[in-house]
Amino acid sequence: MDKKMASWMFTKMNDIRNFENQVQKIFATGEIPGFVHLYAGEEAVAVGVCAHLENLDYITSTHRGHGHCIAKGCDLNGMMAEIFGKETGLCNGKGGSMHIADLEVGMLGANGIVGGGFPLAVGAGLSADILENGGVAVCFFGDGANNHGTFHEGINIAAALNLPVVFVAENNGFGEATPFEYATSAKTIADRAIAYDIPGVRVDGNDVTKVYEVAEEAIERARNGEGPTLIEAITYRTSGHFEGDNQAYKSESDKEKWPVEVDCIEQFKAYALENKLLSKTELEELEKASLKAVEEAVEFAHHSKVPNEEALTENVYVSYK
Amino acid sequence: MARKITFSKAINEAMDIAMERDNKVILIGEDVAGGATVDHLQDEEAWGGVFGVTKGLGNKFGRKRVIDMPIAEAGYMGASVAAAVTGLRPISELMFNDFIGSAMDEIMNQGAKIRYMFGGKAEVPLTIRTSHGAGAGAAAQHSQSLYGMLTAIPGLKVVVPSNPYDAKGLLLTAIEDNDMVAFFEDKTLYSMKGEVPEGYYTIPLGKAEIKRAGDDLTIVAIGKMVQVAESAANQLAKQNVEVEIIDPRSLSPLDEDTILQSVEKTGRLLIIDEANPRCNVATDISAMVVDKGFDFLDAPIKMVTAPHAPTPFATNLEQLYIPRAETVVRTVKDMIGELTLSR
Repeated sequence: MDKKMASWMFTKMNDIRNFENQVQKIFATGEIPGFVHLYAGEEAVAVGVCAHLENLDYITSTHRGHGHCIAKGCDLNGMMAEIFGKETGLCNGKGGSMHIADLEVGMLGANGIVGGGFPLAVGAGLSADILENGGVAVCFFGDGANNHGTFHEGINIAAALNLPVVFVAENNGFGEATPFEYATSAKTIADRAIAYDIPGVRVDGNDVTKVYEVAEEAIERARNGEGPTLIEAITYRTSGHFEGDNQAYKSESDKEKWPVEVDCIEQFKAYALENKLLSKTELEELEKASLKAVEEAVEFAHHSKVPNEEALTENVYVSYK
Repeated sequence: MARKITFSKAINEAMDIAMERDNKVILIGEDVAGGATVDHLQDEEAWGGVFGVTKGLGNKFGRKRVIDMPIAEAGYMGASVAAAVTGLRPISELMFNDFIGSAMDEIMNQGAKIRYMFGGKAEVPLTIRTSHGAGAGAAAQHSQSLYGMLTAIPGLKVVVPSNPYDAKGLLLTAIEDNDMVAFFEDKTLYSMKGEVPEGYYTIPLGKAEIKRAGDDLTIVAIGKMVQVAESAANQLAKQNVEVEIIDPRSLSPLDEDTILQSVEKTGRLLIIDEANPRCNVATDISAMVVDKGFDFLDAPIKMVTAPHAPTPFATNLEQLYIPRAETVVRTVKDMIGELTLSR
């Protein structure tokens, strides 16, 4: 990893954290409609993987998708405006938090349906394979989704057809309010790769440098026509399933330990300093710039207009008056 | 005065009573208890459903009867179907009706077909409880009203309650029914309060309720749309227009007689349905009235529905998406004409 990459990763992780902190704060005031699922604490997974992706590569995401969007290069202003339901949002305010997409940067959509991303990533992989453009598709999914039928159907198709797809599980311990261990009859998600005869790798999902290494190998394999890999990144959901969740299913010790002792940003900061990738001053400057960028996104969203009424029935193929 | 409880609590009470009366009744779904196997909870539930509708049932009846499922709608819905066929009486919760996409084969090709395909030798006493409806800012994949899709399928009964009293009585009937019943709960009604008797009572399926009597025009309104109809009726009454409001309560079976008798009296029919306009329950009821009551009609039937579009996220657009009382008032006025208004 060079200085440029370290700087990119540190910025992206901070962007995600600051973005989610702002969303959490503003959601509590009632200004953001619907519900939001926050990614704070899991930044290392999205960033470590997307570090290897170009605009022509696609990712699919989940209901907890803000981090994937940011790591893949979605515009912060457009994202925040989308979450506010404004016309300037990446989906013109029609999708909201759970449906942020930007095909120009290869973001094939957050997704309100658990397990919705697997077949979509397979389709993006199929396009890349047939178009021979060197692209890969990455499917981010939560541990809850690994018990869904689409997980098995999607991975099997990708493996059977040897498609350039990388499946990245974010095992944050809980599917909604249910522990991973209760819902999943396997010791690990990575173990399930054996069933499809593809590599399955477990990685510390809070160490962005380790995610970076594992993802590099998997994405390289996919690009070289060697087929899919299943990566399981172990992390922790420091927030609730949604904002407002009582989180009664979490133990007090875990709640205290994870955001502080196992903070992926703090870990990477120490790593970057120790390996002389970034100086203390540089880190501080990047932190400040990130804070500013996110504050600007909030301002942008605040001052944007809501969509015109005509937008209600636009983009539906067919209209009936 | 009778006690008032929420729509959510009324549904909870119905399940509680059904589970007390019959130990074959079990509750299945995603986080219907929540926090399974978590040490510090010692088997106490963490959630009681994402909307809290099943709260307390896990603690009262235990995890053997209130069963959290992996996020695997096809898997547990199919299991619910066969559990019903083989001796249990499950209530299976589909968190959002939009997730029916993941479980449709089990509902449509398995559950709904079994009794008929097996020559009447099997019964499927399964109740599928699910939430529907826009208005919560939940966007395109969590806001649909898909009861019409299921109403189209033979082998299924479909219930859409509009208030707490009906919700409790209809759900108890649904659970006791020996056929598969899909029970749709508008998520924006969960906090609605209404008078609900304590204890056991049932409301038959296929029996509509006349919510308000009137001679000028009939409004059939589904689920939460009853409130929209009532608001419109209040405004219209000030202009001496008296509408009759009918809440069908169950869409399959459908109380055709009550609707037809009302249209015979008023000569005019407007239907309010929050679902998208093509092939929905409004078009279905409209076709039924044209077929069986054409001679009663003095004006074309009108429908007020959501537009032919997915549910938008932006609040201003979502408000336009949901049928509104002002649209109903305007439509009613068009239907009855100025003559009636000035009488």
